[in-house]
Amino acid sequence: MRQPDFRTPAVGIDTVEHEARLHELWDSTPGLKGFFTTVDHKEIGLRYIVTAFVFLALGGVEALVIRLQLAGPNLTLLTPGEYNQFFSTHGMTMIFLYASPILSGFSNYLWPLLLGSRDMAFPRLNALSYWIYVAAGIFLYVGFLTGNGPNDGWFNYVPYASRQYNPGLNEDFYSLGMVFLGISTTIGAANFIVTAFRTRAPGMSLNLVPIMVWGTLTASVANLLVVPAVSLAFFLLWMDRQFGTHFFDPAVGGQPLLWQHLFWIFGHPWVYAIVLPAMGMVSDGLPVFCRRPLVGYSLVALSTVATMILGFGVWVHHMFATGLPGLGLSLFSGASIIIVLPSAVAVFAWLATIYLGRPVISTAFLFFSSMILLFVIGGVSGFMTASVPVDWQLTDTYFVVAHLHYVLIGINLFPVVGATYFWFPKMTGRMLDEKLGRWNFWTMFLGFNLAFLPMHLTGLLGMPRRVYTYADYGGWGTLNLITTIGSFILAVGVLLFFVNVARSLRVGAFASKNPWDAPSLEWSVSSPPPAYNFAVIPTVNSRHPLWEGRIGSEGPRSALDRGMLLDEGKETIGTSGVDAIPDILLEMPEDTGAPVFLTVGMSVVFVGLLLKAWVTLGIGGVIVAAALLMWMWPRRELREREPPRD
Amino acid sequence: MSAAPLSYLESAGKAADTILPLTWFTLIVSIVVCLVIGALLYGGVRRARPDDNPLDMQSIPIAQGAKGHNWIVIGLMVSAIPLAATLVWTMVALAAVAGPPANPALTIDVTGRQWWWDVKYASAQPSGEFATANEIHIPVGAPVLVRLHGGDVIHSFWVPRLSGKIDAIPGQTNLSWLQANQPGIYRGQCTEYCGFQHARMSFLVVAQTPADFQRWRQEQLAPAISPVTPGQERGLALVEYRCGLCHRVRGTRAGAFAAPDLTHLMSRATLAAGVLENNPGNLEGWIQNPQNIKPGNLMPDQHLSAQELSDALAYLESLK
Amino acid sequence: MTEVISAKRELMIATPEHLPVGPVGRHGNGMWGVGAMIASEAALFAYLLFAYFYTGATAPQGWLLEPAPTLKLALPNTILLLLSSVAAWWGERGVLRRRSIQALIGFFAAFVMGSAFVAVQWFEWQAKHYGLGTSSYSSLYFVTTGFHIAHVVIGLAVLFALFVWTALDYFSPRRRLAISAGVMYWHFVDIVWVFVFGTYYLTPYLGFAR
Ligand code: HEA
Ligand code: HEA
Ligand code: HEC
Ligand code: CUA
Ligand SMILES: [Cu+2]
Repeated sequence: MRQPDFRTPAVGIDTVEHEARLHELWDSTPGLKGFFTTVDHKEIGLRYIVTAFVFLALGGVEALVIRLQLAGPNLTLLTPGEYNQFFSTHGMTMIFLYASPILSGFSNYLWPLLLGSRDMAFPRLNALSYWIYVAAGIFLYVGFLTGNGPNDGWFNYVPYASRQYNPGLNEDFYSLGMVFLGISTTIGAANFIVTAFRTRAPGMSLNLVPIMVWGTLTASVANLLVVPAVSLAFFLLWMDRQFGTHFFDPAVGGQPLLWQHLFWIFGHPWVYAIVLPAMGMVSDGLPVFCRRPLVGYSLVALSTVATMILGFGVWVHHMFATGLPGLGLSLFSGASIIIVLPSAVAVFAWLATIYLGRPVISTAFLFFSSMILLFVIGGVSGFMTASVPVDWQLTDTYFVVAHLHYVLIGINLFPVVGATYFWFPKMTGRMLDEKLGRWNFWTMFLGFNLAFLPMHLTGLLGMPRRVYTYADYGGWGTLNLITTIGSFILAVGVLLFFVNVARSLRVGAFASKNPWDAPSLEWSVSSPPPAYNFAVIPTVNSRHPLWEGRIGSEGPRSALDRGMLLDEGKETIGTSGVDAIPDILLEMPEDTGAPVFLTVGMSVVFVGLLLKAWVTLGIGGVIVAAALLMWMWPRRELREREPPRD
Repeated sequence: MSAAPLSYLESAGKAADTILPLTWFTLIVSIVVCLVIGALLYGGVRRARPDDNPLDMQSIPIAQGAKGHNWIVIGLMVSAIPLAATLVWTMVALAAVAGPPANPALTIDVTGRQWWWDVKYASAQPSGEFATANEIHIPVGAPVLVRLHGGDVIHSFWVPRLSGKIDAIPGQTNLSWLQANQPGIYRGQCTEYCGFQHARMSFLVVAQTPADFQRWRQEQLAPAISPVTPGQERGLALVEYRCGLCHRVRGTRAGAFAAPDLTHLMSRATLAAGVLENNPGNLEGWIQNPQNIKPGNLMPDQHLSAQELSDALAYLESLK
Repeated sequence: MTEVISAKRELMIATPEHLPVGPVGRHGNGMWGVGAMIASEAALFAYLLFAYFYTGATAPQGWLLEPAPTLKLALPNTILLLLSSVAAWWGERGVLRRRSIQALIGFFAAFVMGSAFVAVQWFEWQAKHYGLGTSSYSSLYFVTTGFHIAHVVIGLAVLFALFVWTALDYFSPRRRLAISAGVMYWHFVDIVWVFVFGTYYLTPYLGFAR
């Protein structure tokens, strides 16, 4: 069979036979085989989300143990060694295994639906990044569970992380695990970037995409460029520990501060990367419950990008106390103060949207709107630490711990829970329980503030962070007790959330296509969507395809029920980068075991490196090579080669 | 010392004095911002109509509504004012506290070690130098230069009442300076995570009148007093061959530098980096099992026999 | 203006243009993917060189173990690597013009020159009077050049695959994205070397070495 190299895709409307054909082409194989071979972005997205929530629970439980230890002065629930592994693993889990993957999960699930595409640009890479994430997560947790968890904080400063002061496998698990995880993040980032530029629905020019796409796109560009810094840092550390190099060893000209630069060059952009997509969710979700479009779309999109650009130039604010020259400090201090402005744009845009619209109180709305306040509280504490002299007092006290929880929980966890209430109907076809939702929200909101608002004072009273216990001279006892109580209330809130999800999956009310009467494309398909997302490729002419006509939108209407049929193969449309003019028919890959296979190989490699078992390493290498060959071999179905000439 | 010795909302030294107003300014700006935004948010949410049901959204009309850009513009303008002020003030304060004074009255080398502070008083002539640990004496009213060294891993030197933090990093020497306004005892703490006992790596800064300080200095310069009673004799012998592996007692054969200098142990207010009050009971407890008191610290339990212990104590307690 | 664009959109629904099915020429998502990967790899090398300059700038005198590194092997080797890029490019043109012999020769030549580069670099390493663990300088030197060699080896594997696939007559000027992507990666590996070379072999001659 020699299909043509060029084709004019047939245009038409959705019909029963047509849908049957698409199911034929797109449904992934059922059963266990299908589980390991599927490349459906919705399947993968959901797995990302579930896995990340499991890690949230783990990190949370660790946090609760930490809180018990700190509930009062001189408690001895944990030994110093145990405590150090608990707080380090808590940070590592929350930052790397929850906060970032959860957003990848939502973006993975939603992007093709938001963009009017049938899948991501690279479905197989998508599966690969998920499997590597799981493998790396397991790798890191095997360390923790065998008493070899990270024990030098999540940013792991040298020389304490070096072998001389830190014998044992703890830091080797952490270093290699982070290099491993970095591969997943980088692959995911590349996939998002290409997806954003190449697979938008015809007509959906860049200025029409939902803000969440801007958020994840910005975050992905950043990750693509900065993750190598941290992977390199951890690799060099591992070399220092295992092969006698001296990158960080001052005795022979090494530079301990090199670690801090490499880490924070990554670290600061990263902390924005794990909130910008979440802020995007709010920018898209909040207006739905205000019954109007977002105020200042262009400014918000712009500020998203601006935040990240400035974000590349502020990393030294984590190193104010390292004795760098004053001039350098003042530059980074200035940048850190200026960076307040783009954030302010988003805040005021959201406030205006609420005021100039008609707010409707739903659980999702409560999470989205309360996030504004939490963001500001977390933001202003950042603004304080941005001032060098002030930071010389604040740094490494609980004030910073309060800051980072307000921003992380406030701009990541709250929007994520809100987003779950918002998109759960689309993902599962059932509504989450609103009544339980209110309980969920108020316990989380009150618990969180009870736990972390007093923590600012704990910091101002000078309690240093990362202490396994504290004497009673400091006057911190009561405050810490309050924080501990608040933490448990917060935990109950999170638990209620899990309960609501579990219950609603079975008994939740069925959801229509568009239960919130929302404007974007994902709401134009059934809940949950079919494997192929869109029966016909939509054509988009506005930011609110589903609100056209109801709000004055000039120009031709978007076409949702008439468009390219693309049912002659597993195909979707590729469009030009800015204007989204169709320019190619993309052949999408079938289900394949290659990603799992490759991940297994990589896991073996990393175990080999950890144990310095070169044979194991070799075996892993062979598996990886085989998997890559199987993956890369040019395929006719994908039009990567000519048909056999005979 | 006050109820919260590490609180930096009170200051008692030059650098801290310069920083505190800026801290209050940014703190107040922050609180005001939170209150304003909070109020706006509350006002906005209150506009919700009780009969709008989120489960029946179709029935609630949507509208293009006002453009609302002025919200953003005005918000940015208003925000810019405190930001600009903070920016300028930050630079001014930075200039004021960054560089140590040209000619300090006194120079001290402080080395952070797991998990105690090694303190050396520099002097033009070697005879003027001496070492102590976990307790820094300074004369009031004069700028004292502190040169910070990293003995092993990174530590951070912090005396909140007197000045901000500065890291002690292996391979580089960071400069800080202390200047106390009135005599008093100011608590300090290590604030860079440095391992097991990071939590218990404190120290004291004792600010004294110049006269008192000179007296103290003279006492510290003297070598350890020689034993008188036979018990102290035996104690010295024990300290020399047991404790001398790590500790130094000037004027005896105990001459190692891996641990706090014990020459004038009894002149210090605390034991084990501010963890224990320095009294005979605590001293005994510490020597017998430091690992219970500071788990993981680098001094092994000594398991001295009753006799040895009383001898050692007899000698140590004479080290005024 | 908007009328024009929107008119164009109307058109797209009614009659989309005649579209390529799957990657045609260099036009396809694969090229974007490899491009993204290269961007990330380039960043990695940027950080490696940052590590060199930062450590060097803050190190005590005498940090630079080779104030005047010999170019006897390194310079020719650099030229050799750049020539291999030309060979790969020539091979790609072979595919574009349906001259599979030219293509095979091109890729083979590139492969041989690349391998030679690795061999020479190996001797270069042997010749050093210091080892991986001598100092932070030596660690940086060996790990940075080592990272590069690793990339060269991957590049060689790619060239080898391109050779085999070409020999199997898989490609045509139209279906050859693998070729363009692979050759682009090889160019990247070669260009990166110019920076590594410049950093470790040339900047010391600028004199402000420590
Ligand atoms: C999760 C994401 C996230 C976000 C969004 C931020 C946002 C900001 N952060 Fe934060 N930061 C972290 C995560 C984040 N941070 C983490 C995890 C750490 C700790 C790492 C560790 O040590 O473990 C940290 C630590 C940290 C430090 C180092 C503290 C120290 O260790 O000494 C500093 C210093 O400048 C800082 C600054 C800022 C600033 C200026 C912002 C700004 O972007 C905030 C801007 C937003 C606002 C200010 C609110 C909205 C603005 C208005 C309503 C306008 C009006 C406001 C004013 C006039 C002030 N952060
Ligand atoms: C997204 C990031 C994130 C999140 C969500 C959290 C959540 C919490 N953190 Fe987090 N924390 C960090 C990121 C985060 N943290 C980071 C980066 C650090 C710095 C680490 C370092 O210094 O290196 C840190 C450090 C840190 C410290 C300081 C430790 C120290 O310096 O010594 C403390 C202490 O109170 C703390 C407490 C908490 C608490 C009480 C929560 C609460 O929100 C937890 C709420 C509880 C849950 C979410 C659990 C709910 C689940 C259940 C109740 C079980 C259900 C079980 C099943 C369903 C099976 N954290
Ligand atoms: C192997 C090394 C080692 C030996 C042997 C040792 N010590 Fe120590 N000692 C230390 C270290 C290290 C510290 C600091 C512990 C800390 O505060 O973290 C210390 C602290 C002390 C302190 C507290 C000093 C202060 O000012 O805080 C006293 C007192 C002391 N040791 C007495 C003794 C005596 C008496 C002996 C012998 C019987 C002894 N030590 C043997 C290493 C040692
Ligand atoms: Cu020393 Cu912390
Ligand atoms: Cu930061």
